[in-house]
Amino acid sequence: MLDYVTSYLKSSTTPGQAGDVLWSLIYILAIFAGLSVAVIAMNWLERKILAHMQVRLGPMRVGPHGLLQPIADAIKLLIKEDIAPTEADKWVFWMAPLLVVITAFTVFIVVPFGPTHAVTDMNIGVLFMLGVSSLSVLGVVMAGWASNSHYPLMGALRSSAQMVSYEIAMGLAVISAVLMTSLGSEDSGTLSMIGIVQAQASQETWFVFKFFPLGLIAFFIFAVAMVAETNRAPFDLPEAESELTAGFHTEYSGFRWSLFFLAEYSAMIAVSSIAVTLWLGGWLRPFSHWLSGDPWETVFSLFPGLSFLVLAAIAVFSTMRMPKHPYFKIQKIGLGVFASVLLLIGVVLFLPPVRDRVQDIFWFVAKVAAFMYLYIWYRGTFPRYRFDQLMKVGWKILLPMGIGVLILTAVSGIYF
Amino acid sequence: MQPVATTFFFYFLSGLALLGGVLVITRRNPVHSALSLILTLLALAGLYLMLYAPFVAGVQIILYAGGIMVLFLFVIMLVNIEKAGKEEQFNKIWAVGLLAAVMLGGLLVTVFVKGNALFPDRGMMLPPEESNTQAIGTMLYGNYVFAFEIASLLLLVAIIGAVVMAKKRI
Repeated sequence: MLDYVTSYLKSSTTPGQAGDVLWSLIYILAIFAGLSVAVIAMNWLERKILAHMQVRLGPMRVGPHGLLQPIADAIKLLIKEDIAPTEADKWVFWMAPLLVVITAFTVFIVVPFGPTHAVTDMNIGVLFMLGVSSLSVLGVVMAGWASNSHYPLMGALRSSAQMVSYEIAMGLAVISAVLMTSLGSEDSGTLSMIGIVQAQASQETWFVFKFFPLGLIAFFIFAVAMVAETNRAPFDLPEAESELTAGFHTEYSGFRWSLFFLAEYSAMIAVSSIAVTLWLGGWLRPFSHWLSGDPWETVFSLFPGLSFLVLAAIAVFSTMRMPKHPYFKIQKIGLGVFASVLLLIGVVLFLPPVRDRVQDIFWFVAKVAAFMYLYIWYRGTFPRYRFDQLMKVGWKILLPMGIGVLILTAVSGIYF
Repeated sequence: MQPVATTFFFYFLSGLALLGGVLVITRRNPVHSALSLILTLLALAGLYLMLYAPFVAGVQIILYAGGIMVLFLFVIMLVNIEKAGKEEQFNKIWAVGLLAAVMLGGLLVTVFVKGNALFPDRGMMLPPEESNTQAIGTMLYGNYVFAFEIASLLLLVAIIGAVVMAKKRI
């Protein structure tokens, strides 16, 4: 058993390519569990960070600093009555959240968390991700139409128009990054997610810095388009509360609503991981070329453990600051246990075999987490666009910019 | 590694495609028809994958299932469905339809029965899976560049035509 695990740890391909069903299943389960935890954490962090941006406290009641709030919410949603409008198209109404969730989770089978840490590597990786995530708009349209109500229909129409428009700018930005993968090798470029990161490793730069400022502009186009693509603020017109109540999922309640919620957040993580893979070097650590060599390798491999130690320190500090009143006793113990769990994870991550193996996962997740923070930050700071402004940004600014960047990238690829 | 292109998957995907196709023409509600068409298109994408054409499969999903069908649904939803469902179709062309169906079916049966004689076995050339996308690229921009550019010109004309018809003042 142990031999089997250690022999796997030495393998140099993804389980999907090796045709290893067991390890593929383990990876799929691990990604599914990790994503669910990430969505729960995002839910808490978003409310907390938004609250602090607006000088509020945010959730404070359930658990210490509201840490158990997302779990309480999940239980509430699960036991809530499941209402379907009488005039709704039952079949389509039932299929829509399923379709959205399935597409949002399916894209993760090609996301490379490390050179070997992906379920599989397809040679059409990026195309697959864009294609499957573009199917989620169908779910939105189905939900809006099947509800047989005005607000959801308007929300669905807005949403589909928006997603179809921004997909084009997004695709152009992606193509210019894919073009860059063909540089520096006699072979052609690649669409495979792992291949793209390996191309960045062999060209010794992240594509965001390639042909400055072309890579940066393409990255910027993608970063704007992906916010519109996931229907998040400031492009959250499909669910503009003041106009459309809640947009396409107005009529959904309980568990089905929570499926939409889950899909929205995992789609955000999915597009962020496309951006990280294409422009920010995927699992490569910062300065992997500039600060190479033995001492630096060790220093950077300590980061995963250190980050958990910092989190544990914050938790310990909060435990100390808990009020002395006996009413807070259970909360104090809970936070203390949480701190020690974080500390334990941090210590485990310092062990040499573990830290060599998880280092790439850590860098990938850290970069994606930065994007997640940006999403919350946008929501806290930007006012919502009007629909004609949104269309103008998509078609008259991002699309021409995308075409220009694509042509200039091709030209500089030939001459430099 | 075991090949995924097993007979079971072929029949499974073909069955899905057929089921979708039948549902498209039997549903009264156009939205249901469009959704069934999506099922057919996705099953076709799976069949392309079985033919070792991953790029075509990916493009099939992006363009047809994710792009064109969304526009279909978009238009259908704006049409008053309840009214359209009650209206009787005035052109009864089932005789012509039957003739066309019989002819197409006859063609398919002929190809199925005499297939080996009609198409001599020239040994199918499969490009290696890794360079599939590259092979399509060199074909499109090398051998068939003229046809490709003509097609893009046609699309440009169609776009201009749509804009001219939609906008009164340009």
